[in-house]
Amino acid sequence: MREVELLIIGSGPAGLCAAISAASSGAKVLILERTFKPGGQLVKQTHMFFGSESQYASHRGVDIAGILLKKVEEFGDKIEIMLNATAVGFYEDNVVTVLKDEKEYFKIKADSAICATGAFEKSLAFPNNDLPGIYGAGAVQTLMNVYGIRPGNRVLMVGAGNIGVIVSYQLMQAGIDVAAVLDAAPRIGAYLVHASKLARMGVPILTSHTVKEAIGKDCLEAAVVCEVDDHFKPIPGTEKRYDVDVMCISVGLSPLNELLAMRGVEMKYVPQLSGSVPMRTESCETSIPGIFVAGDASGIEEASSAMAEGYLAGLCAAAKLGHVPEDFEKRKAEYLKQLEGLRSGPVGDRIRAGMKSSQL
Amino acid sequence: MRITQHPILTFDRGKEINFTFNGQPMKGYEGETIAAALHAAGVKVLGKSLEKHRPRGFYCAIGNCASCQMIVDGEPNVRTCITLLKEGMTVETQEGKGRIK
Repeated sequence: MREVELLIIGSGPAGLCAAISAASSGAKVLILERTFKPGGQLVKQTHMFFGSESQYASHRGVDIAGILLKKVEEFGDKIEIMLNATAVGFYEDNVVTVLKDEKEYFKIKADSAICATGAFEKSLAFPNNDLPGIYGAGAVQTLMNVYGIRPGNRVLMVGAGNIGVIVSYQLMQAGIDVAAVLDAAPRIGAYLVHASKLARMGVPILTSHTVKEAIGKDCLEAAVVCEVDDHFKPIPGTEKRYDVDVMCISVGLSPLNELLAMRGVEMKYVPQLSGSVPMRTESCETSIPGIFVAGDASGIEEASSAMAEGYLAGLCAAAKLGHVPEDFEKRKAEYLKQLEGLRSGPVGDRIRAGMKSSQL
Repeated sequence: MRITQHPILTFDRGKEINFTFNGQPMKGYEGETIAAALHAAGVKVLGKSLEKHRPRGFYCAIGNCASCQMIVDGEPNVRTCITLLKEGMTVETQEGKGRIK
């Protein structure tokens, strides 16, 4: 059985930053990545990031992935990335079972581990919501921005949060018609700078609306939407039909952290963090010593906070393994300060409440 | 279904790859997933659901939801949204659970 010092599950922004941070302290790292490409969801994000320089603001997500991977390469002797390798089990003796290339199945024993498994797009319940043509907004972003393939000809976007609005704009950049963007909430959730771009291009943004049903035989052919009242109940007589061959569902994400639950760390349902999350210390350590969490797996935020959390978790996991750099306290304080900044202001209210409720 | 002109992105498509879908010859490009190549060719139905045999397409594109599972080179339950296309692959729609060889 292969033994590793620090196992990181996931090579998205949190996993890569955790690896860089831990390796720079001297830890030996193995990263497991279930797809054929490292970088997680950064690779499809062609928009520029907001925030501060430490999280690569005004770079496009896809370029940030490149920057992080270059840093990983600089630690070539310390960091190994295993691709097409899905962690399928996490047991009490810190053994992780891995399925590689859909063929090999083996065990890895880790002295310490960081779960950076990210998140999964939520679905929405309405009749025929399983028709081909109804996709996660992130999935459509991958199809368009990574592979250069149109998801269809005319799209209905469900969800006016940042992802819904950014992907709508990217659909239009790719020459695809966006029929409308709708959201059950009475207000647009996205930053107005993104939403205004759509409004200027003439895309209706329908607040207090939901999907009543999808229509189609083998694939999506049309969608019926309707208005909802203050209690999110459909208002009869307000139905509108859109002939669309694609519907994007962008109603939020759920943290992916089943591996931690299986390992037996203390979990808690925290609505502000969008699901069941591990309880953790300020250093991102779970209720089991040596098992850490970072990024969306610990609660839904943004890639910027995933990177800062990754750096923090990597630093603290390595320190726990005996790799304590001289400037440990300074670096830790710096990452905590970055996170505090990213979670400040009214937008961060929810996250701060969620963090408080999941703190060990 | 392929994007040829884009204001900020360029797509470097690899060499052409030949594969079959339900016995029909198809073309895709090196570096793209099976699900992406099929979508580019207009194929949206990748399989049928277990009990009610309803059509299934891809949903998450990150290898998590199992909606895109197909039979690839005789192997069932392959997550086609995260599996790269290879020369000569046989890809088939999957009905039911599939049989492990």
